[in-house]
Amino acid sequence: MNMPLATKEEATPAAGRLTPVVRYQNISKSFGDLQILDGINLDIAPGEKVAVIGPSGSGKTTLARLLMTLEEPTSGTIEVDGELLWHKRVKGKLVRANEKHLHRIRGNIGMVFQHFNLFPHLTILRNCTEAPIHVLGMPKEEARERAVEMLRKVGLEDKKEAYPSQLSGGQKQRVAIARALVMRPKVMLFDEPTSALDPELVGEVLAVIKEIAREGDMAMLLITHEMEFASEVADRVVFTDGGKIVEQGPPDQIFGDPQSPRLQSFLTRFRTKR
Amino acid sequence: MNTDAGAGFLAPLMSGAGMTAQIFAYSAVLTIVIAFLAGFGRMSKYAPIRIATAVYVEFFRGTSLMIQLFWLFFALPLLGLELTPLAAGLVALAFNYGAYGSEIVRSSIQAVPKGQVEAAIALNMTPFQRMKKIVLPQAVAMMLPAFGNLLIELLKGTSLVSLITLADLTFKGMLLRTFDISSTPQILGLVLIMYFVMAAVLTLGVRLLEKLVTAGRA
Repeated sequence: MNMPLATKEEATPAAGRLTPVVRYQNISKSFGDLQILDGINLDIAPGEKVAVIGPSGSGKTTLARLLMTLEEPTSGTIEVDGELLWHKRVKGKLVRANEKHLHRIRGNIGMVFQHFNLFPHLTILRNCTEAPIHVLGMPKEEARERAVEMLRKVGLEDKKEAYPSQLSGGQKQRVAIARALVMRPKVMLFDEPTSALDPELVGEVLAVIKEIAREGDMAMLLITHEMEFASEVADRVVFTDGGKIVEQGPPDQIFGDPQSPRLQSFLTRFRTKR
Repeated sequence: MNTDAGAGFLAPLMSGAGMTAQIFAYSAVLTIVIAFLAGFGRMSKYAPIRIATAVYVEFFRGTSLMIQLFWLFFALPLLGLELTPLAAGLVALAFNYGAYGSEIVRSSIQAVPKGQVEAAIALNMTPFQRMKKIVLPQAVAMMLPAFGNLLIELLKGTSLVSLITLADLTFKGMLLRTFDISSTPQILGLVLIMYFVMAAVLTLGVRLLEKLVTAGRA
């Protein structure tokens, strides 16, 4: 078992009192012989902002992809709002969940991708209204209003009739954020949302995410290489390396007083790179 | 040589061209339907369906269209199933070109970036919605140029039905020749031009369609 240096109680006082909105229990993931995650335990409290940092290949992205049901865990369980995500309990035994079950639980989760993944054949507005109309069954007018409201929030209301190809990378990512917000998830996953952007476009995307984080009630899992951003936004920072959580705690502690040698050397390498 | 040959040949050739256009239209629709069915079949999660469609595709791609046509028209009746010339022609054409078309369908669908499906999953779309609203619209845009080519091949391929007594453009041309061998250059010249005009119309149509479905995209 992997022993985090900072215990959960110290790191997130809120987590003890509320049902976590996400609970990873002993999660492992392998691709063939390659083990990506190795017995991860992680709770996210409702509304909590958790940043995940760590070297490339440390399993950060896989953590998000398992929760979004884009990859299936090799072992362990994930609970969303107290319900199992990948499994169903049948006569006391865990069995693999079917698509219908995944569909029901997945509605609590939203995701913003490194490469935006906007739908190129749809206008910006329709990128944001397809799912609310056809997945949530929202009336068209209401979906439109909500989409416009979210586009306004990310500062792109005037682009609603444009197509993705007419937007810059930063604008695309802001649309992707609006598109995910329209679905009102309880947990939003950000998978290195600025890694594919030109340096001068990173700021506008981070500003939008900070703004959303300030509003509060949605939990966030932020996978990022932007340390400053992580320390500003996150309630808790989780450092992963070699498929394990090596250290976690409040941003001040993680960045100001790292305990484990691996985190120390990671931060040193990171700072000298800048 | 007959100097005003062109005018006298035009009427019968036009009626043949009408037949060709008709056979083409029917077989094109059937080809596309089969291409989609077999294209999806190749990607089915059920192994028997995958294997069955693979066998179909490889068999029809790997044997001669003319022999398939002869088999359906001349051999099947001896086994107790008699098809009309039109039915035999349509079946052979559509199954043959549909086999090629299925590869276009399959490869275009698989060429839609994985991130598109993942974004659709993240928005909690059902597998059907992902395919209908996200993957297919993008895949169809990619299919169009290849389908344009295939349909031109199909148009030219329809000339083989003249061998099973259907009075298409090729049939009429060959028939006219037997009345006036010396006008063969003019007759077959007109036949070539008529095929070319039909193919040109087809090409234009597909281009227009491409413009339509890619509107607004880069």
